[in-house]
Amino acid sequence: MSETPAARAAAVTPPSVARKIRGLSDRAIAWIFVGPTIFLLLAINIFPLMWTIRLSFTDFKANRNREVEWIGLRNYQRILTDSDIWLNMQATAHFLFWTIFFQVVIGFALAYLINKKFKGNDLWTTIIVLPMMLSPAVVGNFWKFLYQPQIGLFNYVIGFFTGKDPSSFEMLGQVNLAPWSIVIVDTWMWTPFVMLICLAGLRSIPDYIYEAAEVDRASKLRQFFTITVPMVLPFLMLAVLFRGIENFKMFDLVVQLTGGGPGSTTELTSINLKREAFEKWRTGYASAYAIILFVTVFGLASIYVKALNKVKER
Amino acid sequence: MSSFSVTEPSNRAKWFAGTLVIVYALVTMVPLAWIMLTGFKSPSDAISYPPKVLFEPTLEGYVNLFTTRTRQTPEFLDANPPQTWYEEIVREYDMVIAGPSKFGERFLNSVIIGFGSTFLSIFLGTLSAYAFSRFKIPFADDLLFFILSTRMMPPIAVAIPIFLMYRQLGLSDTHLGMILLYTGVNISLAVWLLKGFIDEIPLEYEEAALIDGYTRFQAFYKVVLPQAATGIASTAIFCLIFAWNEYAFAVLLTSGTAQTAPPFIPTIIGVGGLDWPAVAAGATIFLLPVMIFTILLRKHLLRGITFGAVRK
Repeated sequence: MSETPAARAAAVTPPSVARKIRGLSDRAIAWIFVGPTIFLLLAINIFPLMWTIRLSFTDFKANRNREVEWIGLRNYQRILTDSDIWLNMQATAHFLFWTIFFQVVIGFALAYLINKKFKGNDLWTTIIVLPMMLSPAVVGNFWKFLYQPQIGLFNYVIGFFTGKDPSSFEMLGQVNLAPWSIVIVDTWMWTPFVMLICLAGLRSIPDYIYEAAEVDRASKLRQFFTITVPMVLPFLMLAVLFRGIENFKMFDLVVQLTGGGPGSTTELTSINLKREAFEKWRTGYASAYAIILFVTVFGLASIYVKALNKVKER
Repeated sequence: MSSFSVTEPSNRAKWFAGTLVIVYALVTMVPLAWIMLTGFKSPSDAISYPPKVLFEPTLEGYVNLFTTRTRQTPEFLDANPPQTWYEEIVREYDMVIAGPSKFGERFLNSVIIGFGSTFLSIFLGTLSAYAFSRFKIPFADDLLFFILSTRMMPPIAVAIPIFLMYRQLGLSDTHLGMILLYTGVNISLAVWLLKGFIDEIPLEYEEAALIDGYTRFQAFYKVVLPQAATGIASTAIFCLIFAWNEYAFAVLLTSGTAQTAPPFIPTIIGVGGLDWPAVAAGATIFLLPVMIFTILLRKHLLRGITFGAVRK
């Protein structure tokens, strides 16, 4: 929009009328309208970010009242050479990869089925969406109950269908199972999000494309792979981007479920960051860590968005 | 679309798709149904093996959620017969009610902070979205994108400086502090979504109003606001749900007066560990409003989720 409405209004209005348009100038109004928001964003988003950057070059500890020393890049150096942090990164990568994998597969399948427009599909869609609207901390805490070895419903159901003793395995307590326990809950919670975006994609495909394919006697399978999949792909990639960013930040759900344990098998970077910042009170170190995470997400997301735009152009 | 259209799925395909979707929906509801059931169980029913689907419902969980209790001597119990139905429930365990628990306060905090921050986000967000949509603001797009990108930071990373800043300003563990924080987090998305809605309102309406002698302000609240009402409402729901569900900031920045329900519910302790029926009762009370909201407002909400996402 190149012109403002007032400018356009002025252009079509005789000067005598234009002069009668009372009130403040557009510029003044623009600043009055935007000012408070900008101020709040500076205070809550930008200023803290700057402060974090500053702190990341110091050995500041928020629970001590002592002289702060500038230590240059030493925090960064320590983090990037710390093998434990690479383990956290691996846990995060495992979590990211498998949650996105399952959510894309199930989410797309569900969207495809819902798009068959069976009777009552909007009501069932709403019911499927419910988990993602709820508080991850409260729900995650309750999943801990479902995962209890002897009494938990999850173990009982698995035992019922596989014949295993429900008290013979601990989803949250075993090193080999805990990473999957968080993948299951996150998939349960966020598959609907991927589904909704896929559904928007499927609904954006105009009918005439399929009609044309039908005239050309393209098989249903061929239509699926040459029309449906490529047309939904940009939407799907967008869903992956959002889930990727969200799960990289994942904190509440996993903290409630496993608290990072057993050992540190499910200690995602956010949980590790919380320990450094608010349990060990290594504020400077944690700030550097936070900056590294931010740069990582931002970098990965930018590369991904470039790829996404290429797909869109095709 | 006519029913003979080639793109209309066959009845068999519909039936098949419908069955699969309904099965998925039912399975996905099991954990939520289990929360609600557990809220009405007695502690022994809640931890029985095999898990009980049929049981004698009791309000014990809800009573425990809202009260604190103390054990008393038999003499005291005999001398003071229970006055109310909830005291009777507690008596079965030789206890008396000592007072209300903190759940009510925490729930109220969630309401105050949720609605406060939503109101502020929408108020400021609508004004800015209008300005971004209708006036030329230098670097508007870059500014919006940069602000949106700060949401990529893990909340813990933002919490470090906020924690220090709030400690200096005396905003730690206050309602105002949390309202400002949630507004700051929500407003970038709110502006982004609202700008989309306002962009869709034809300029001609305002121009006509301006020519009729309305001032900018009048044109804004008499012409633009009513047109954008649906968009504003659905954006408000998103802000509210975010603030309602938020946990990371709440657990790090609040501990007492301003603590919201999400950090509180997982800490409800009974005799010998978590009191699961009380936790489930709290979770039910906390989650139910969002579920009802979602079902009632599904049309706007579902459109909003994808709309907001697809626009970015």
